Amino acid sequence: MDPDAPFPYEIHAMTKPVAMDARAAVPALWSDYLQLLKPRVMSLVVFTALTGFVCAGVSANPLLAAVAILCIAVGAGASGALNMWFDADIDGQMRRTRGRPVPMGKVLGAEAATLGVVLSLFSIMLLGITTNWLAAGMLAFTIFFYVVVYTMWLKRWTPQNIVIGGLAGALPPAIGWAAATGSAPLNAWLMVLIIFLWTPPHAWALSLYTSEDYAKVGVPMMPVARGAASTRKQIFLYSLLFTPACLIPAFTGLGGPASLAVAALGGLMFLLLAWRVFRSKAGDAPDERLEGEDRLYAVRAGAKDARNLFAFSILYLTLLFAALLGEHLLGVAPLELI
Amino acid sequence: MPDTIERPKFDPEAFRKARSGRNIALGLGLLAFVVIVFAVTVIRMGANAAPHL
Repeated sequence: MDPDAPFPYEIHAMTKPVAMDARAAVPALWSDYLQLLKPRVMSLVVFTALTGFVCAGVSANPLLAAVAILCIAVGAGASGALNMWFDADIDGQMRRTRGRPVPMGKVLGAEAATLGVVLSLFSIMLLGITTNWLAAGMLAFTIFFYVVVYTMWLKRWTPQNIVIGGLAGALPPAIGWAAATGSAPLNAWLMVLIIFLWTPPHAWALSLYTSEDYAKVGVPMMPVARGAASTRKQIFLYSLLFTPACLIPAFTGLGGPASLAVAALGGLMFLLLAWRVFRSKAGDAPDERLEGEDRLYAVRAGAKDARNLFAFSILYLTLLFAALLGEHLLGVAPLELI
Repeated sequence: MPDTIERPKFDPEAFRKARSGRNIALGLGLLAFVVIVFAVTVIRMGANAAPHL
């Protein structure tokens, strides 16, 4: 290779040892370190943790509340940095992730790991000091579960990786609730259950049209390990569990009429889109007999249903939690249908 | 698969600017941390001391 070749260099040459040990090849900007924290995931964590905090229904000092949410967000970001450190070898080979700072050679793997560990410790300690040690302990467990149980163990071992690992992404509302009250009652765990059941159809819809990437690096995502047809069926089955779970807040004194309406109408739409994915050919290899544009069209037609479900799943969860948040901020009386 | 990285040309000025930006970001982060710990301490001590006043 030409030593004067301009950036980008050979990304696929980044093996795990190289990604971890090499000296940074290009200057890292502060924004590259921010990217290690997965800001988009952090924003979702802030939103769900804030919803949990507000739904707890206790008045708290606004600054302490803000610091608590910040700690939960930074803890989530720290797990993202540790995830990018550990997964640098496979990230460099997947289209969706090869632009991340470690496989690009902007940030050393050791730096990403150090950042993750330091921010984990700071966020846990500060959350404990600011609120209580139950919330801090739950944050510590979430980071451990995401990094060790999901990233290091489940992700490369079982097609159930995101089902079990989804618990880490589901816990922030309960941490927020615990930060506000020092306890985590049934309604806090109900919010965890909703996100937990939302994760499989959401993540598998995405993996149906990105499974080539996962197959290339040997990650046993459901479409890779069990095939697209099985994945589509499981998406629909999980949707049958998830959508009724979204109605439960109206029965437990957590949700009001707005969240019930969002849960019911959005749930019907969710089921319809999941049914379409079930009936589609999303994730299937195109028919070998097709050629040229017909073959391309067959692939796109299948992926469209999966893309629709993936996009709507984000909208649905956002609207549902926004409705819960809005009802509690505006003082709307919750329903208690039983 | 080769184990080496094809490196781009080294640009000292780009490295200096990037390092300066990182230092400023780190400084602001540390300052924010100190302010947060101070404010949290004052609020928590105030809340704990109030019943005894």
